[in-house]
Amino acid sequence: MSIRTASIGPGQPRRPMSMRRREELVAYLLISPWIIGFIAFILGPMVASFGLSFFETNMFSWEWVGMKNYTTLFSTDVTRSLFWKSLYNTVYYVVLSIPLTMVVGFFTALLLNQPMRGRSAYRVIYYLPSIIPGIAASIVWLYLFQPEFGVVNWLLSLVGIEKIRWLQDTGTAKLVFVFMSIWGAGGNMLIFLAGLQGIPTELYEAATIDGAAAWRRLRHITLPLMSPTLFFVLVTNIILSFQVFTNVYVMTAGGGGPANSTMMYVLHLYLVAFRQYRLGYASALAWVLFLLLMLFTALIFRSSSLWVYYETEVGGGRS
Amino acid sequence: MSAVLAEKPDWRKSKQAIARRQHLLTHLVLILGGIVILFPIAWMVSTSLKAPNQVQQFPPIWIPNPLVWENYIRAVTIFPVPFITFVWNSFYLSGMNVIGSIVSNTIVAYAFARLRFRGSRVLFLIVLSTMMLPQQVTMIPLFMLFSKLGWINTYNPLIVPQFFANAFYVFMLRQFFTTIPRDLDDASRIDGCGILGTFWRIILPLTMPALGIVAIFEFTGSWNWFLGPLIYLSRMETFPLALALSYLNAAYRVLWSELMVVSFIAMLPPLLLFFIAQKSYIQGIVVTGVKG
Repeated sequence: MSIRTASIGPGQPRRPMSMRRREELVAYLLISPWIIGFIAFILGPMVASFGLSFFETNMFSWEWVGMKNYTTLFSTDVTRSLFWKSLYNTVYYVVLSIPLTMVVGFFTALLLNQPMRGRSAYRVIYYLPSIIPGIAASIVWLYLFQPEFGVVNWLLSLVGIEKIRWLQDTGTAKLVFVFMSIWGAGGNMLIFLAGLQGIPTELYEAATIDGAAAWRRLRHITLPLMSPTLFFVLVTNIILSFQVFTNVYVMTAGGGGPANSTMMYVLHLYLVAFRQYRLGYASALAWVLFLLLMLFTALIFRSSSLWVYYETEVGGGRS
Repeated sequence: MSAVLAEKPDWRKSKQAIARRQHLLTHLVLILGGIVILFPIAWMVSTSLKAPNQVQQFPPIWIPNPLVWENYIRAVTIFPVPFITFVWNSFYLSGMNVIGSIVSNTIVAYAFARLRFRGSRVLFLIVLSTMMLPQQVTMIPLFMLFSKLGWINTYNPLIVPQFFANAFYVFMLRQFFTTIPRDLDDASRIDGCGILGTFWRIILPLTMPALGIVAIFEFTGSWNWFLGPLIYLSRMETFPLALALSYLNAAYRVLWSELMVVSFIAMLPPLLLFFIAQKSYIQGIVVTGVKG
């Protein structure tokens, strides 16, 4: 840094310029994989997907349909469009899953953020569900929630609860996926734990001397200093939870049943695109998903000034 | 220890007792949580060894008796193609993606971390913004593009994009590069190393731990990847393990033992990798703030 700025002296204008230019050239060369990838695999397809949403196509026949895909999509008639149904299911899942996984993850991180034996062992165990293939986990969960011989119903029978039909009952099917997401809360826990370890212990010591009880220390030190981490986890969790797919696909045999009660947004999109080959309509679905996620993210960013506390030196526990 | 305790005033002793009780409670809660988390995995292993008549029993049988090891043979021979094909395909997919992501992301991240060029800040902001992009919005045109290229039922659609950098890894590696003191670059530049020489001889050797993190992340991610293979692969001899498992689940819903055997096999490589490299793994999550 210092050498490069120093070398652009008034005495020798040509050589430093060419060095700068060479550096620039090398830089563009080095980032060219990303630029090509960005254009070919992200920007281009995004624009194409927007264009496609005004066509109806299965790749062999093309028909310009204008806004028809969107008007069909937003239709409240369930026989024409499952958009609202799948959006409702997904929001239902997201609204239950995110607070629960965040609270469980945060609570576990608080427990682990104290000197104790076996801390790294706990950390490994709690993170395990995030490591194993989603499809393998889904198959075990399917087995656990079997109505006739599943372990969950056996446990419930111990406290006198009748067999629940879980994935075969429209009232409980979505809950299975919520439970499964809590099982994977260890991912959030690790990020929270990293954030907690960035909070200087002197703050707690000072507060304890001042007579602040545990709850007040949590409320006035931990939560404000953790708010950037909470904010970050909230945003990424919303984006990822909205895309819930693998476990729903596997555990409902790719159908989103019973009676579309587990028809999640991306599962619906997948079925429309790759089972019905309505690629134009599926593109419209994809763009609406993209816009919805942008909207949610923007809203959270807007609200962040109210509850996210930034302090330049202490706050960034993640880097 | 007890002598020390005895000298302390009473209120401290009781405070210590409270602390110890709290400590015990913490462990109790964490162990209970651990059991809940480990149970499905243990249940997978246990079920994989059950005889057919024990699989659907209620109340459940915890430890199978007898242990039916034949399940493992039956499960891997149930497919119309040799089981080793799936294993090889999974390793091929993961291996190629590890190579692709290491090569492409390292050089891109290096440029963003160290070189000065016009538009670098804007371009890096674009990199960051793509991290949040739902992949569904590019999925359909990419499918059309790759099928036009005749890439259906090949691994190209799943591998080639990984050779063109990925926002998460660029971000992570850039963070690592910025922790390396710039004096090292400057010294090497004075000694006559070019930009690329400095990168190759000075920076790269120091980045090996970070590259290790990229490698294990990418390996696990590709190994567990489901949606991509599901879209592009339909011939069974091209299936990776995840798809083979999905096929088995769809075709033989009641063969629980066999399903658990294949689940267990599919789970082993990422699990072993995680146990071996858990320190790097956790460090990577902490740096990027991204969970698997």
